[in-house]
Amino acid sequence: MAPKSLQTPIARRLAIGVLTLCLATTTACTKTKSGSDDAGDKSGPVKIGLVTKTDTNPYFVKLRESAKAAAEAKGATVIAVAGKFDGDNEGQVAAIENLVQQGVKGILITPSNSTGILGALKQAKEKGILVIALDTETDPKDAVDATYATNNTTAGELEGKYVKATLGQTAPRLLMMDGSPGGTVDEQRHRGFLQGMGLKDGDPAILGAAPTNGDQNKAQSAMENLLQRDSSVNAVYTLNEPAARGAVAALTAKGLAGKVAVGSIDGGCQGVADVKAGKYLATVMQFPRKMAEQGIDAVVAFSKDGTKPNGFQDTGAQLITDKPLPGLDSKDTTWGAQNCWG
Amino acid sequence: MSAESGQLRGRTAEAFLHNPALGPLGALVVAVIVFGATTSTFLTVDNLSLVVQQSLVVGTLALGQTLIVLTGGIDLANAAIMVLGTMLFARLVTEGSAPVLALMAGFVICALLGGVSGGLVTWLNLPPFIVTLGMLTVVLAVGRLYSQGSSWPVTDSMLNALGEGGYLFGQIKVTHGMTLAVVMFAITWYALTKTGWGRHVYALGNDPEAARLTGIHVGRTRFSVYLIAGVIYAFAAWQALGRIPNADPNAFQTGNLDSITAVVIGGTSLFGGRGSVGGTVVGALIVAVLRSGLTQAGIDSLYQDVATGVLVIAAVAFDQLARRRSR
Repeated sequence: MAPKSLQTPIARRLAIGVLTLCLATTTACTKTKSGSDDAGDKSGPVKIGLVTKTDTNPYFVKLRESAKAAAEAKGATVIAVAGKFDGDNEGQVAAIENLVQQGVKGILITPSNSTGILGALKQAKEKGILVIALDTETDPKDAVDATYATNNTTAGELEGKYVKATLGQTAPRLLMMDGSPGGTVDEQRHRGFLQGMGLKDGDPAILGAAPTNGDQNKAQSAMENLLQRDSSVNAVYTLNEPAARGAVAALTAKGLAGKVAVGSIDGGCQGVADVKAGKYLATVMQFPRKMAEQGIDAVVAFSKDGTKPNGFQDTGAQLITDKPLPGLDSKDTTWGAQNCWG
Repeated sequence: MSAESGQLRGRTAEAFLHNPALGPLGALVVAVIVFGATTSTFLTVDNLSLVVQQSLVVGTLALGQTLIVLTGGIDLANAAIMVLGTMLFARLVTEGSAPVLALMAGFVICALLGGVSGGLVTWLNLPPFIVTLGMLTVVLAVGRLYSQGSSWPVTDSMLNALGEGGYLFGQIKVTHGMTLAVVMFAITWYALTKTGWGRHVYALGNDPEAARLTGIHVGRTRFSVYLIAGVIYAFAAWQALGRIPNADPNAFQTGNLDSITAVVIGGTSLFGGRGSVGGTVVGALIVAVLRSGLTQAGIDSLYQDVATGVLVIAAVAFDQLARRRSR
C-alpha cells in the first residue's frame, strides 16, 4: 500500500510531477553524455573500465590490482566494477552501461557468461569503445575486439598429459571434479584434460564426474560420495585448486592420499604451496597479471593512435610440479611461488 | 470400509497432524531402504557416517532457522553470519589471537548480528524477510571486506576439533561435531517442548495477537529466538571449520536456502507455529541421503536437485493439506 501521505489526490499529483521531472532530467543528462562519447575526451587521463566476474575471488583481485598498477604506470586510470557472483550477467551488463556513461576509452571484461552480455558489449563498441575480453572468451569470439586469456583447452590438456604420464602403463580409472554445468572455461578444461589423457567423454575409464562450482566444500562432498560408489580410482581431474583441496581431503579420509594422481589448474599461491607440500602432483599456472597488463597497454595505445588489437592472444599456461616427467615442460614450485597470483 | 479401519485412518491422520515429523521420517526410511537395496555401497557404516558429517553444517544452520520459522519468521542471513563467523575465527587466530578468544569474539559477533535482526523485527515491526535480506547483504559485504579477498586456512587444533577429533565405537566413528550437534538438538528440543519459553514460541507463531492477550511477552520471546539463532550460527561456523579448515568468503552461498530446504522438508510450517527440531534433523538428513545415494546410483547431480526441489514442494503441499483438515 502507498504511504498515507500519497493517498490524497493533490499529494499524489505532486509526487508524480516530481517523479516526471526527475526522469526527464536524468534522460537529458544521459543524452548529452552519450553524445559526447563518440568524440572522445582528449583531455585528462585515459579512463579504462574493468569488469570482473566478482570482486572477491583472489584471482580477480589480482587481475584488478595488476590492471591498476599497469594503468598508473601509463598515466591512465582504471574504474573497476564487478558482478555480484559468478554468472551475474545482469550485474555485468549494468556495469558496462555505467562505464559507457562515464566515457571510458576501453573496457576490459571477464565475461561471466559468454553469451549473456553480448548486447551491452555491442552498444559499447558502437560508441567507439575498445572492448577486450580477459580470462574468458565470449561466444561468438568476435563480440569483442580481442581476447587476452589462458587457452583453457591447452591448460586442461597439460593437466591431462601430466596425469597420464604419471600413470605410465596403468589403465586410468578417473574421477572428474568439474566446474558448473555449461560454463565455457569449465568445458574447455574438461575437454582439454580428456584430450591430454587420450580419452573421450563416456569412456568406461571415467568412473564418475560431479559439478563442484569450483567450491572446496562442494568438491569434498562430491568426492566423498563418488568414492563411496567406487574407490578404485587412480586419477583425478580438478578444474581448479579449491576443488583439488576438497577432493584431496576426501581422498585422505579414505586413506587414498598419495595413491591417486591428482592434477589441477590455476597457479594461485595457495595452490603452488599445496603442490610443494605434496597434496597434489601438479597444477597448471595461469597469468592474470599478463592479461591485465596487455589489456591496459592495448587500450592506452588505442587512445593514442586508434590501433586496435584483434583475435585471441594466449597469455600462456605453465605446468608446475616438483616431479618433472620426461617430454613435459614444467617448472618447480620455487619458480611457481615467485610467479603465483593471489 | 469398516468402521474400525476408518477409525484407524482417522488416528493415523491425527498422528501426522500432531507430529509433522512423521511424514519426513517415513520418507527418510524409504530413501535409505531404496538406496540400500539398489547400491552395494550406501548402507555401509563408513558411508552413513559420511552422510551425517555432510549434513552437519546445514543441519546446524537449519536448527537456528527452525526456531525463527516457528515464530512465523524467516532468516535469509544465517549462512552469511556463519561465514563471517568462520572468517573471524580464522583470521584472528592467524593474526595471533588465542583460539579461545577468537572463538569468543566469533560467538559474540554472531549473537549480536542475530540480535540486531531480532530487534528490528520485534521493536520496529519490520518483516523478517526484509530485515534478514538486508542483513544478508550487509554481512556478506562485511565478510568479504574482512577477508581481504582471500581465504584463510586454519590449522589450530581447537578450531578444527569438531571435524578431526572423535570416538570410535567399533567401526563407527563419531566426530566431536556429531556429538555437539546431538547435544544442541537435544537442548533445543527440550527448551521447545518442556519449558514455558518453548510454549510461548509456538503460541507466538500460531497467533501473536492471541499470545499477547494471554499474557505472553511476545516481543521478548521473539527477540530471544533471533538472539539464540545467532549463537547457533556461531556453532555452525565452528562446525564448518571442522569440516573444511579454510575460511572462504565465497563459501555457502546457498546455505540460507539449503537450511530453509531442510526445515521445510522436515515438516515445519513456513507459516509458523507448527513443526519440530526432530523434523529438521530428518530434513537435513534427507537432503544429504539423496545426494549421497543418487550419486552412488550413478545419477546426474542435476536430477538430484530436481528430486530435492520436488520434495520441498511436496512437504509444503502436505503442510497445507494438514492445516485444511485440522480446521
